[in-house]
Amino acid sequence: MKTNVFYERWMQRVFLLAACVSVAAVALICGFLLAGGIPALREIGLRDFLLGRVWKPGSDHYGVLPMILGSIYITSGAMLLGVPLGVLTAVWLARFCPETMYHRAKPAVELLAGIPSIVFGFFGLMVMVPLVRQLLGGSGRSILTASLLLGVMILPSIIGVAESALRAVPDSYYEGALALGATHERAVFTVVLPAARSGILAGIVLGLGRAAGEATAVAMVAGNQTAMPYSLLRGVRTLTTNIIMEMGYAEGLHRQALFAVGAVLFLLILLINLWAGRMKEGERA
Amino acid sequence: MRRGIRHHIGSALLRFLVWSAAVMTLSVLGLLVAYILWKGVPNLQPRLFAWEYASENVSMMPALVNTLTLTSAALALAVPLSVGAAVYLVEYARRGSRMVHVIRLAAETLAGIPSIVYGLFGYLMFSRTLEVGYSMAAGILTVSIMVLPTILRTTEEALLSVPDAYREGSFGLGAGRLRTIWHVVLPSAVPGIAAGIIVAVGRIVGETAALIFTAGTAAQLAGLTSSGRTLAVHMYALWNEGLHMEEAYAAGVVLLLLVMGINAAAGAAARRYSGRKG
Repeated sequence: MKTNVFYERWMQRVFLLAACVSVAAVALICGFLLAGGIPALREIGLRDFLLGRVWKPGSDHYGVLPMILGSIYITSGAMLLGVPLGVLTAVWLARFCPETMYHRAKPAVELLAGIPSIVFGFFGLMVMVPLVRQLLGGSGRSILTASLLLGVMILPSIIGVAESALRAVPDSYYEGALALGATHERAVFTVVLPAARSGILAGIVLGLGRAAGEATAVAMVAGNQTAMPYSLLRGVRTLTTNIIMEMGYAEGLHRQALFAVGAVLFLLILLINLWAGRMKEGERA
Repeated sequence: MRRGIRHHIGSALLRFLVWSAAVMTLSVLGLLVAYILWKGVPNLQPRLFAWEYASENVSMMPALVNTLTLTSAALALAVPLSVGAAVYLVEYARRGSRMVHVIRLAAETLAGIPSIVYGLFGYLMFSRTLEVGYSMAAGILTVSIMVLPTILRTTEEALLSVPDAYREGSFGLGAGRLRTIWHVVLPSAVPGIAAGIIVAVGRIVGETAALIFTAGTAAQLAGLTSSGRTLAVHMYALWNEGLHMEEAYAAGVVLLLLVMGINAAAGAAARRYSGRKG
């Protein structure tokens, strides 16, 4: 019996230790990124780094404003496409899709979530880039193309969360609306959808985080010019693609500046996550 | 019941919008899969499966093997850690305690970090500070942290859905907490845990940004200490070189088939899981 108690105690500690790994991982990630990024920020200056308009590592210009803007433009473009399409598809899955079709549509959406970004990137590069080039001119590698591609890539995140939020709305809401004489569509859009609002918002923020953090696929279709973006049809570089394009050969201060870009990106994502977390709290309350 | 297509133009419009959104979403997926298969399948030649990579054969075989080794090694690390963590959260911790809150917040933060940031972190911590260089070991450690929250979350849900009566029955028969967890709770949560693991596999197999600067891009069969590319990184490297697009499409087909297989397995596991629950 004594050994049993001994085991029980020890295993509880082992499980606790396993649980603390996530906390340690977050702390390590914070620590290493900040420690990696701060030397460059000190040398370049926070203001010149964040608000500088020129990124030319060859002549020691490290301004990331074009990439911050690039990330913002591409992410907003992706949201413009992904949010309406994703929410409407979630509404379809939850309230319009015939039972027989659901068994095929749901796995299809899950497959969309599982497709690697590199495959999306190839599709974007070979299909969407030429399409944009032919229809609208320019090189085809542009803010617009990247937004369209990312808009598709974030669909499954939005659909997944929004659908379960819609399904969590009690049936009595919908039935009450029908009893008051609303059509099916009216009941769904004026009663069920508003009731699921906070869950849907959480899904949208999840998609936002995914869009802002995507590197591989964006690098393939966004053109990656470091100049300030001024047209939808011009190429642009984002925070993520800047790292993935240059890490391979960067040295010295240039490399440290890339770590600083990573730290900025990390902080940005943390803010988005905190926002999402608060949204969830709101849902519970 | 007459749901007023005729009476309500607004409703008809909404219905049209919802259906067209669904058709668009599903046709994008169909288009993507069809395009990759159409471009890739004709390029699946025997030389792509030679054991040694050379510039004449552009073989994807080393990358395929690396994908398998990297995935299984990362799972060997991540599964015990995340399942253990979930067991602690569900079976030991007091619900709503500060500890649980902090751990859950950490897991959610990990889940939101983009893969390129994982890549930078892995490079800084494993490749540089621990001096393992561009190596499979660095890649394995990086992605195992990356998939921790995925498995943790699904395991937690699976454990929570095990009825308390099972635990009480086990305690009533004189089993201790540990024995109850090991012989009663975990076995009935297996399908749910399996579904989470399979999703994690999908994430590792498709990963590029977190691996390029940790496991590196060498096209060789890699051991723990040498650099090796996975299939997804192989595709990325071929695109970067810009010389072998046909071979990249072929790799894309294999990658896509892998992901489809993984998804089918996840679906099957989840069905078994919900079957038990019901």
